[in-house]
Amino acid sequence: MLARDQVDHVARLARLELTEEEAERMAAELSKVLDHIEKIRELDLAGVPPTSHVVDVVNVLRADEPSPSLSVESALGSAPDVVAGGFGVPSPGASPA
Amino acid sequence: MDDILELTGAQAAAAITRGELDARELFELYRERASRDPLNAFTWVAEAPPASDPAPAPLAGVPIAVKDLYCTEGVPSQAGSRILEGYRPPYTATVVARLAAAGAPLLAKTNQDEFAMGSSTENSAFGPVRNPWDRERVPGGSSGGSAAAVAAGLAPWAIGTDTGGSIRQPAALCGVVGLKPTYGACSRYGMIAFASSLDQAGPLTRDVTDAALLLSHMAGRDPCDSTSIGLREPVTLPSRSDLKGVRLGVPEELTGADSGVQDGVRARFDETLAIAENLGAIVEPCRLPHAPHALSAYYLIAPAEASANLARYDGVRYGLRVDGDDDLLSMYRRTRAAGFGAEVKRRIMLGTYALSSGYYDAYYGAAQKVRTKIAEDFAIAFGTFDFVVTPTSPWTAFELGSKAQDPLAMYLNDFCTVPMPLAGIPAISIPAGLSDGLPVGFQFAGPAFGENALLDAAFALEQALEFDQRPARLHESQLVGAGDAEGTQ
Repeated sequence: MLARDQVDHVARLARLELTEEEAERMAAELSKVLDHIEKIRELDLAGVPPTSHVVDVVNVLRADEPSPSLSVESALGSAPDVVAGGFGVPSPGASPA
Repeated sequence: MDDILELTGAQAAAAITRGELDARELFELYRERASRDPLNAFTWVAEAPPASDPAPAPLAGVPIAVKDLYCTEGVPSQAGSRILEGYRPPYTATVVARLAAAGAPLLAKTNQDEFAMGSSTENSAFGPVRNPWDRERVPGGSSGGSAAAVAAGLAPWAIGTDTGGSIRQPAALCGVVGLKPTYGACSRYGMIAFASSLDQAGPLTRDVTDAALLLSHMAGRDPCDSTSIGLREPVTLPSRSDLKGVRLGVPEELTGADSGVQDGVRARFDETLAIAENLGAIVEPCRLPHAPHALSAYYLIAPAEASANLARYDGVRYGLRVDGDDDLLSMYRRTRAAGFGAEVKRRIMLGTYALSSGYYDAYYGAAQKVRTKIAEDFAIAFGTFDFVVTPTSPWTAFELGSKAQDPLAMYLNDFCTVPMPLAGIPAISIPAGLSDGLPVGFQFAGPAFGENALLDAAFALEQALEFDQRPARLHESQLVGAGDAEGTQ
């Protein structure tokens, strides 16, 4: 069960602005999905190692050699705002209400 | 014209190589059909054949439709999302570049569920795709545009991506072949990421031979994706005509009374098993005790990884930006609110919750342990059986809108397809007849890197099944603007 204040907290973590209606619906829908997911708690998983990567690979290393990469112009080509050869953003200083 | 449309990709390539078919004519035939697509299968269609005649290459110029989420240089690559609307990447995905180098030029980009999150292609920001077998029904998803295009004869072949079934389930619902290779077989470089430990590129084709041919040109290690490995042996085109001595395990957990498999699907599945037995296969029940929990593990792991992968859509480097109250944080929040659709927001929320302080061990940590148990179940099964077989989807194609309001019902679509990517193993869906006029998919899953044996077994069964795809092919008169020439529109 996901309470409404948890939805608001998670939305803040996820940098998502939800409307009142979206937040209410999200609480109901996610609660239903979580009820189903909760079934894995019935399993005895003590001592089972977690799997984060399915294929048994060791660290992959390569020589650190320079090679051609995207030009600055090309990398900035899709940016909504370009300022002085970089990505332009609003000030991070002002704190949101 | 009609007989050219009936050529598979491999047959068309062979005809071009023999000088019996012109590559540019073939491209133009499909380009013209794709540009008049009534199914909404495409988000972009090429305006002209490649400028120069293709150099002799194995795929001989037979064009390919590519899921929208593959980055293609200078061509819209939007992953079905409003947040990437109009985005034209400065580089091309490795898999697409490999296929182009092998002689398969880009024909079109295919519609998909937003960021590959969905099982019906109804979650696309660019509208739902329709199933050519019944246009009131969904094509499955998330690679629904690719599956519909191949089934309808709007593209000779296509590629998609599979995270929890996104190649195999739409292939099943559209009556085509869909292969999810072993994790690491193909490079993920340039594939717009959903869940990085699960995502894998693969072909959607008219037959198993085409799937093998495309895979042979897709697979390989790529320095740009350090999780790519390639295959351990070259892909060979399948030729097997029997299944003598091949042991097929039927997991009760994914096929029995509690699995939710429709009666009509179960009936086609059982008939297909009988055909496999006639070819010499040994069919016996097997156990995958943790498979019923795969869906839960998947719907924790995939959203968790997605919540991290989709953090990059913040209105800074590409895509949509919506201004906030003159500060960075409100710009982020409004851009993401306006750019993401409902299902993507749901998954980001679910994933962020599963990773959040206080819940990590109970959800994400537990799901990773279940993942270990699922992989162990398959390893044990493959000690006795060559392949595990199931229906690909518990249901045939459902009506547009019928499950859109119930996320959990939609997730249950993936019941038979999520265990394999959690274990990293390859699986293929082939069409196995109709139920009430709609295609049913039969799924083989095999050990990691066992693609050749998997393709061979699927090929042998495909020859015996003789599935007829032609009812799904769109006739000239069914394409957009068909009446215009006569002025009867």
